[in-house]
This record gives sequence, structure tokens and C-alpha cells, in this order.
Amino acid sequence: MTTLDPTSDTIVRSGDVVDDNSKLEAVLAGVADWSTSTDHKKIGRLFLGGGLLGLLATVVVNVVLGIERADIATVDQDAIAQILDAQRVSLVFATLLPLSLGLCVAIVPLQLGARALAFPRLAAAGFWLWFGGLVFTVIALANDGGGLGGNADMVDLFIASHGLMAIGLAAAAGAVATSVLTTRAPGMTMRRVPFFSMSALVTALGLLLVMPVLLGTLVYLFMDHRNARQGFGGNTGIYEWALWVFTQPTTFLFAIPAIGVLAEGAPLLFRLRTPARGVMFAGLGLIGFAAFTGVAQQAVHNLPWAGSDLFIGDSNDVRTKLDDALPWAMFNLLPLLGLVIVVLMSLFLAKPAKGVRPNLTPAFAFGFLGAGMVLMGMLGTALFAIEDLALQGTVFEEGALIYVVYGAVLGVMGGVAFWAPKLWGRTLPAAHLLPLAGLGLLATVLASLPSYVEGFDTPRDVYSVLVLVGHVLMGLTVLAFVGLLAKTLRAPADEPGDNPYDGHTLEWTTASPAPRANFVDAPTVMSSEPSLDVATTSGSDT
Amino acid sequence: MQALEAGPAPAPRRQLIVGSALASVAMVMLTGGMLAVWSLQRRRTVDVGEVWLPEGVTIPEVPVNVTLLAFIGICTFAQWAVYAAKRNDRGHAAFALGVTVLTAVMVINAQAFVYSEMGLGVGDGTYAAMFYAVTGMFMALMAIGIVFSAVVAFRFIGGRSDREIVAAHAIYWYTVAAIFAAIWFVVYITK
Repeated sequence: MTTLDPTSDTIVRSGDVVDDNSKLEAVLAGVADWSTSTDHKKIGRLFLGGGLLGLLATVVVNVVLGIERADIATVDQDAIAQILDAQRVSLVFATLLPLSLGLCVAIVPLQLGARALAFPRLAAAGFWLWFGGLVFTVIALANDGGGLGGNADMVDLFIASHGLMAIGLAAAAGAVATSVLTTRAPGMTMRRVPFFSMSALVTALGLLLVMPVLLGTLVYLFMDHRNARQGFGGNTGIYEWALWVFTQPTTFLFAIPAIGVLAEGAPLLFRLRTPARGVMFAGLGLIGFAAFTGVAQQAVHNLPWAGSDLFIGDSNDVRTKLDDALPWAMFNLLPLLGLVIVVLMSLFLAKPAKGVRPNLTPAFAFGFLGAGMVLMGMLGTALFAIEDLALQGTVFEEGALIYVVYGAVLGVMGGVAFWAPKLWGRTLPAAHLLPLAGLGLLATVLASLPSYVEGFDTPRDVYSVLVLVGHVLMGLTVLAFVGLLAKTLRAPADEPGDNPYDGHTLEWTTASPAPRANFVDAPTVMSSEPSLDVATTSGSDT
Repeated sequence: MQALEAGPAPAPRRQLIVGSALASVAMVMLTGGMLAVWSLQRRRTVDVGEVWLPEGVTIPEVPVNVTLLAFIGICTFAQWAVYAAKRNDRGHAAFALGVTVLTAVMVINAQAFVYSEMGLGVGDGTYAAMFYAVTGMFMALMAIGIVFSAVVAFRFIGGRSDREIVAAHAIYWYTVAAIFAAIWFVVYITK
């Protein structure tokens, strides 16, 4: 049996509108079309749109928090509790997760040569559950709910809404994972799966493993808070029991698709086939595996290295230190190693080739900068876990979270720009995109690095001001990106061609924008770079 | 640019079976996480010298053990449906699916009996809240399974007999049976 949806959605074109009534009908039809669509490209774009809105909300929340911390203005203390709640929720559930998952839903079936996403209705339901949960979360926070809130009913709503989001995200992740495992084109073995799709599979499997655990915890929290308020510490217990999903290393798991964007863009820079694809797969898989194993291990490790020599003293000294260091290294250095492998492989592929003009795609430009920022977040997380550095209780961890989230945002923005020809049939101008990537990098560094420095130093207003500027710049980056996208979509069609970036993978063999069923015929794949095969064959023919 | 040559129609990749297996993994993580928290809270309570199961509350063991036995029946009936579907025997497949639904309804009935016999209010402390959370989540999985079985049965009755969905349905019930075995041991036997 197949679960592919053969029905086509109603297509509303702006040119069809002839008067006010039909304009209204067209708008309503468009809303109905998008809200009930089972086309993965639309579901993915809904997630992406929701994630970008969530990112703007995140920026606003962080700006308000920055204003308070920098003593520029005083915010009501009761409101601060809600803002602190909103900061974590918006960074992870309103920004990082929908953006990562949205890009996967929109692109993965195209890369696999599939006509549709597996279980498309499940993915659509996942989006609406996530969106509904997010709306309820905002309502709860606005009415004194949240982990630090004082309105019991709104705290209940806050917990329940997170349950809705967890179910929705797991549903969409299930659709993505099933797609990669079952809807690949003939000839596409798992070793030939594109890097981005592999990163999507790793994240989707991770979400399927993590979100149910969160849901179970939330059910307990809800039942206890609603009825007994004894075993889980009331509303303050929410973060004791569920904080792990809002922090590292869980967030690494959610950021993997952004790293997949870099892996996808690197071979295009000098039009190289990727040797040793298994190494890149191993890097992506290692990040996911190590992050998942660390999810439930929110331990602080005691590594008393300062002022002590490793090999002087009795042998127990060495043994004690190794006993302390090994778990720390397992949980903190393995994901870092995975990302380093991907970055090094990308740099290896970025080696200039004679006579080949560099093909700087948005995927590589944004992906490289984004992966660098995620790397900084991983480094910070590794340092944060060392008790001797006394970073617990400082804003250092917040800096690591923002590095990871904003780094992933940069990667996803690169992915959206890179695959824009397939999603909208337009190419975003590189002349505008590259400065945006630079602005995004500056924003991420400013929003995070001062928190790292403050972790080692005493709190100073200047750090808060710099962080505030970073968040404002990130807001500007997102607005500029959305504006550029809107402007490009409103401009006359530029007819980018099927493969404007000389892409190697299967999505570049279909039309731009991709038709409803993605491919007219099911393509047969003979290598890991099917589109490059076609281009090479065409070149040799002529 | 030159288009790739069209290939043959993609071979069936057992999409429903893979989807059902992934859903099973998620269900195991859900219940496993809940039982882990249950065990942690129980240990914390016992460590401070308090009792975990509230005084005066007795778990009726007969319906609980009968429920465990009923799952042997559910798994057998689900596999019977797979066997019948392989032979395109729509009558037997629909009958097996119907009996699966019936047995699952009996399990829900047994759980309701357990609730009424225990006389435990949901607000009667941490144990009560967690007990209803675990068993309530399990009831939700049972309800989903009943809907799944009914959908598959009606598909067969309506003439849409395909094996894959029946196999996926069986995977679901095997997982639910394993989950109940874990709940039976941690919640009802260890207490």
C-alpha cells in the first residue's frame, strides 16, 4: 500500500482575480489551500514561516531582557519571570525546531526523488499541533503562566501546550524519517542519500526518541500540578524536570540539519565529487548519537586540573582524573568531534581546483558560518560542564544556547536561499545574500560572545549592551532576509533554470519551481551525484 | 538540461511497516521515560522512610493479571489477521481484527474496574497523580489501537485488502503488549 497523496491542491494564481468578490474568494481559497495542503513543500514553508515569526518574537524577548539587564529601563519583576520563560521557549520551540524541521519537510522528498512525503497528512497535522501549542504557550505566558508564573490554570496551559508541540514535532519527524527510509528513488541506496537528507534523518530519529520522553514528563507535571502539587515541586518543578529539552546537548540534535546544509554546499564550491562520503555521514551521525546519549545526562563534571600535575604523585591521582575526564569527554567532546569532521571535510572539498571558478552558493556561505557558530556553542557547552571553571549560575550557558540557535538559523537561512529555485522558482541575488550572511555572523557573535566573557568576569552593563545590539542585528538580518525573499518573489520571474547552482543531487533535475508531484517520472539513480552525472554526460555529448 | 531517464515504478518499501515501527519506538520511549520517572520518585519516597503505595489502597491483582493474559490473545488475533491477509482470506482477517478490537475493549473495561476498586482520587498525592498519568497514557494507546484495528477491519470489509497495513497493525499491538508487560511489572507488581 502507498500513503502518497495523489490529489492535487487547488492552485490560486494572482492573475485569476477579476473583481472584489473573486479577490476575497481567492484569498479564502488560498488560505484553505495552504491550511489543508498535503504538499510537503507547502507544509515545510508553513513551518519555516512559523519559525521566522518565532525568531522575530525571540529577538523581541531578548531585546526586552537585554534592556532590563543593561539597566536602560526597568521591567516589572513579575513580567521578568514570564520573559525568562519566553526566552527559552522561543529560542528552542518557536525558532530552532520549526526552522530545522521545516527545511527538512520541504526539501527531503525532492532530494530523494520522491513524489511526496511519507504520511503527508501526519506532517500537516504535526504543523498545526505545533502551531496550536505555540499559540497556547503565548496565551499562557501572557496571563502569568509558565514555569515561573503565578496563575495555576495558565501554568497548566503552559505544560499542556508544550505537550501539543512535542506531539506535533514528533509527528512531522516521523514523516521525515519514514520518507528517507522508504521513498528513495530507484538506485538510491542509503550510501547515496544526499548529506542534507541524512542530516534530516538523524534529527528526525532524534526527535522521535526525545519528544516522547518530554511528553511523558509533561503528563506527570500536568497531573501533579493540576491535582497534587507534591511530587514535582509545583510550577517551579517544570524546569527541574524538563529543562533538558531547552538546553545543550539536546539543542545540538535540533541543529543538525543546519550542518547538513554546509555538507550539501561544500562539494559545489569547486564542483567536486565527495570522496569518502562515509566520513561525512559518520560526522553527522556522531553529532546525533553523542547528543542523544548526552540528553539525559545533565551532569556537571568535576575536572580539577588547575595547579595539579598529571603524572606526579601516586597513580590514583591519574586514575581519579581519568575517571572524571572520560564521562565529560564522552558527553561533550564527541558531538564536537562530529562537527569538526563535517567542517574539515567541507574545508577539504573547498580546496581550489585549477581552472574552476568558485561557485559560492548560499548553502556554503551561510552553512559554513552557521556551523562555525554551532561549533562555538559546543565548545562553550563543554567548558560549562567543568565545575572548576565556576560557570554555573552565570549567563555563560545562555551564550552557548544562543550560539547554537542563531548558528542553526544561519544554516537554515542558507538552505532556504539555496533551494529557493525549487520552492518558489526564483533565485535570491547573491550580491545581497553574502552581506546578509556577514551581518548574521556579526549578530550571532555579539549576541553570544559577551555572555561567554561575562561568565569568566563579573557582570557588567557593557556585556548586556553588546548582547542587546547582537539581538537587534539578528532581528535586522531576519527582516532583511524576509524582505529580500518577498522582493524577489514580487519581481518578474527570473527563470533560474533547473540547476542554477550546478547542484549534484536529484532535486536539481526537476523543474524550478518543483511541480506538485516533484518529478514527472521516477528518476533512476546511478551514483551519489545524479545531477552531476547528467551534466557530465551532457557536456561530453556536446 | 537533459532530463534523467525515467526509471521503473519504485518498488514497495513497506512504508506503513516502517512508520509503525518508528511509532513503536516512540511509544517505547514515552512509556520507558514515564516508568523511569516513576521508579525515581518511588525510590525517593522510600528512601525518606515513607510508603509509596498509600495506606489503605489495594491494587486488585486479578483484573491486572487477566489483562496481561489478554494481551497474549490480542497478539495472537493480530497475527491471525496477518496470516489470513496473506492468504487473501478476507472473512478470517476481518473476524480476527474484530476479535482484536473486542479484547482491547475488555482490557479498557478491566482498567476501569481497577480504578473503581482502588478508590484512589487523582488528587490524593503524588502516587495517585502518577498512577493515573501512567495508566491514562496507556489507555490512550489502547484507544488508538482500537481505532487502528477498526480502520483495518473496515478496509477489509470494504474490499481493500492489503497485507502491509495488517502487518503494521500487528507491530503496533506487539509493542503495546510489551509496554503493558513493563507497566504490569513496575506499577502493579513492584508497587
